[in-house]
Amino acid sequence: MQIIQPHYHAIARTAQDYERMAMSGVVAVAEPAFWAGFDRRFPETFIDYFRQISEFEPTRAAQYGIRHFCWVAVNPKEAEDPVLTREVLKHFPDFLSRPTCLGVGETGLHKSTTNECDALAAHVELAMEHNQLVLIHTPHLADKLHGTLRVLEVLKGLKVDPEKIWIDHVEEQTIRPCLDAGYWVGMTLYPITKCSPKRAVDMIEKYGTERVLINSSADWGPSDPFTLQECILEYRRRGYSVQDAVELFHNNPCRFLGQNPKFDIQPIRIESIEREFV
Amino acid sequence: MLTPQQVIDNYFLENRHMLLEVAAFLDRFDVAVDHTGGIAGEAKKLDVIRASLEQLQRKDAATSRVERLLKLFATV
Repeated sequence: MQIIQPHYHAIARTAQDYERMAMSGVVAVAEPAFWAGFDRRFPETFIDYFRQISEFEPTRAAQYGIRHFCWVAVNPKEAEDPVLTREVLKHFPDFLSRPTCLGVGETGLHKSTTNECDALAAHVELAMEHNQLVLIHTPHLADKLHGTLRVLEVLKGLKVDPEKIWIDHVEEQTIRPCLDAGYWVGMTLYPITKCSPKRAVDMIEKYGTERVLINSSADWGPSDPFTLQECILEYRRRGYSVQDAVELFHNNPCRFLGQNPKFDIQPIRIESIEREFV
Repeated sequence: MLTPQQVIDNYFLENRHMLLEVAAFLDRFDVAVDHTGGIAGEAKKLDVIRASLEQLQRKDAATSRVERLLKLFATV
């Protein structure tokens, strides 16, 4: 089965992950800009990071037959520094024009401070000006509900096309308001934080598959890219067909990411071939 | 040996995760009942899960909680 990993921090992962993903059906990954585990001090550090994910990482993925796409953003933690954020944002048009860059992300909120909200608004406005997709991170654990509602408030004050916005890391307490507002949502499968494969399938059964993306967890912390395959197995074990799984784990990413013409992987349908008897 | 605070801090997220999985399991059962109109077979396994949650609520630790639950699970 062909699978797309819509949210994959490849620079934190090994070549073996690419190899195993390729062997288990992954045909494309999309890498949002991420926090490095420490706060970067210079705009140039971001520029080099964006070069890494837009120039080098596609070559690494290509060795395993996997397409690599990326997003650019100042992540919510570092967006607490407004001067740094403004300087980095000046370089976005250059990167947004690059052949594998799909949009602005992951922007969003961490502690939902005023600076973070301002940075989120600036990112979204810039994306809309350049007709780009947006990937929005929502906070973890205790801040999840408050931060997600705050994201929705910030978006409500902006002129946005909800179809082009993906609000990520939704859970049971946050999925409904995001879907009701017309946005795409992402469920992120972590070994112990955020969502689990079984809970993701529960939410799919409750809310349906429309405007839903499912990501594994793949970063430098405790995470596992193969939670996505685990989720596919759980989905299939509940009686859904291979085509149903393709719709959710391949075609939905194509539908959202394909709004940017650079993402040229098309939705697929499995067909039976009539037997030819000699 | 860990301090009491270390036990909480080291294992909070893991236990949060496991409890959410139990909550999701119970929600999943309720949804299934709503969709199918009830349970045809016996629900003893579910009763044991619920009884185990009640056991965990008890504050006395005279006997190991794990031992009590293992004995409970051995009944199904």
